[in-house]
Amino acid sequence: MKKALLIALILACFMVPVFAGGSSEGAAASDSITIAFIGNTTGDYAMYGVPVRNSVVMFFEQLNAAGGINGKQVKLLEYDDKADGTESINAYNLAKANGATAIIGSVLSGASIALSDVTYDDNMPQISASATNPKLTVMDPDDPKSEVKTNVFRSCFLDPFQGEKMAQYAATKYGAKTIAIFYENGSDYSEAIVQGVESQLAATGLKVVAKEAFATGDVDYKAQMTNIAAANPDVVLMPIYYGEAGRAITALRAAGCKAKIIGGDGFGSVKNYASAADLEGTIYMSGYAPGTPSVSKYEADYKAKFGEEVPNMFAPLAWDASLIMAEGLKAAETKGLKAGTAEYKQAVIDAIKGMQAFEGITGSYTFNETNDPIKSVAIIKIAGGAELFDEFF
Amino acid sequence: MTFSLLIAQLINGLQTGSVYALVALGYSMVYGIIKLLNFAHGDIIMVGAYMVYYAIASFALPPVVAIALAVLVSTLLGVFVEKVAYTPLRSAPRLSLLITAIGVSFLLENGAQLVFGADQKSMDPMITGSFMMGQVNVSYVAIVTIVVSVAIMILLSFVVNKTKAGKAMRAVSEDMGAAQLMGISLNRTISMTFAIGSALAGVGSVLYLCAYTQASPTMGSMLGIKAFVAAVLGGIGSIPGAMIGGFTIGVLEALVAAVGFSMWKDAAVFLVLIIVLLFKPTGFLGKKIQEKV
Repeated sequence: MKKALLIALILACFMVPVFAGGSSEGAAASDSITIAFIGNTTGDYAMYGVPVRNSVVMFFEQLNAAGGINGKQVKLLEYDDKADGTESINAYNLAKANGATAIIGSVLSGASIALSDVTYDDNMPQISASATNPKLTVMDPDDPKSEVKTNVFRSCFLDPFQGEKMAQYAATKYGAKTIAIFYENGSDYSEAIVQGVESQLAATGLKVVAKEAFATGDVDYKAQMTNIAAANPDVVLMPIYYGEAGRAITALRAAGCKAKIIGGDGFGSVKNYASAADLEGTIYMSGYAPGTPSVSKYEADYKAKFGEEVPNMFAPLAWDASLIMAEGLKAAETKGLKAGTAEYKQAVIDAIKGMQAFEGITGSYTFNETNDPIKSVAIIKIAGGAELFDEFF
Repeated sequence: MTFSLLIAQLINGLQTGSVYALVALGYSMVYGIIKLLNFAHGDIIMVGAYMVYYAIASFALPPVVAIALAVLVSTLLGVFVEKVAYTPLRSAPRLSLLITAIGVSFLLENGAQLVFGADQKSMDPMITGSFMMGQVNVSYVAIVTIVVSVAIMILLSFVVNKTKAGKAMRAVSEDMGAAQLMGISLNRTISMTFAIGSALAGVGSVLYLCAYTQASPTMGSMLGIKAFVAAVLGGIGSIPGAMIGGFTIGVLEALVAAVGFSMWKDAAVFLVLIIVLLFKPTGFLGKKIQEKV
């Protein structure tokens, strides 16, 4: 008896999406637009996927409540890919069968890249809020003439991009001539940012007077910091995560170095890991400036709906990803095209690609030749032990 | 590398080495007396560090109280571990003791993760500031660390060589059976050794926090292993050996990192261990092994 019930339940589970899909497909042509969110809402990395999903859902609920796109409601399908590339492709095939005409997702770089390979074949508009790996939009990032997946966009900035901004900030805002770099050896994140910094040396006229590293897991940075202090740089760039950053800054100050410090977005909550005195004046790059006017409504809505503070920068970036996709859909709708057709998809892609300083809640968006956003980064400054938004740069 | 930079790096190395030396002393003393490599020793430091953190960051106690608390808790924990885990195995094969020690180490690490949480806890540095010694910037924390550990070593040498309790410890380490026949209480002497070793770990935890300001559940494992290398290098069982071994390892690390091979620091330390074990298993001061602690 129990077994029969179980089978019935399992069958029911399979039936529901089919029916749901069936009805939406019928409706798609007339009064609604179907799109899909694909992302990991369960599994090991769900802490990244769930806030992204929440933001996307909240965005389209509010959009629909405000009348949708040109009077049409947006129907959002949701698929969990468990951060697995194969699952995300399966989800995509389901989404396509159910009439999706654009994809928001995935969340982690690996699954997003797998997904982008198949969406590229269909020229399906896709945007990820959080995949920072260059391979999302470019077939082979090491080859400058590599094919670009023209249909795929992202709303977060790339790791090397942060590095470029760090170097530019040091040169223009601090008037620095010499810099030191302290990074984590073997970390993709840290090394990619260092690459970005180094790509800007010629343009900014900065000279690297010390480049020191530490191995993952090491806690003792005294020797490296003594070297940095001896090189006496104007600015020390630290593309590392907050825990190590706290120790590094403590060690740097103990070594007698008074240079200004610039960190990457890994610095978030560094205020808890070093003393206010040592941190004073440190700045870091962030994809998102908590508490600023452009995000305050979003933050309040998020808290009201999901009962927690916005957990990380990918959540507001997911709002922007949805906003960008909605803008693309609107352009295609305005042209009177039929959702799901090749012309419709191309119109969405063209509209996103053509954006000039399009205002999101985390900054303004223009996409470069590899579909990565050229956007301002938020500068967070630490003063009196608090991390405060300083300006967009 | 300029001369002043070299001096600065040597001071860095001595500071790191001081912590290694204090931990190595605990290893050495316990090994000297019951031939046990007490792998839980590094984790005692971890518990001590959490005591300092909670005392200062959460309860705003004065640093002196925090230090006393760390030393007290470390000492009690060390003796407790000895009574519960090692005493029942005193006549068991040496391997059982070693495996028990590893088990205790895991228990402490995972227990700490459960009780204190897996994230690192950070506190403001207890000693700040630095002064210029000629061309060399020397932080006060480095001076305090080195002075404290050298003073403790001198004190410890005095205790072991000149007091009655020290005499008992040396006697037990030389011949357990004969010492017992001479009326020395084995249990009390061994517990005493653990207590002193763990108290040193408590002091080590304070010095560690002065330098690195963060406590985490696994902080003791690498620290313990490096201190073990220091103890082997100096000649396990020897007090001055542990000190020299600790300083040597610390300076080696600093110099390796200073010339740009910071990711090879651990490798260099373990290379030293391999070389010592191959060519001079008794370490620098290994000859004194006859009169182990």
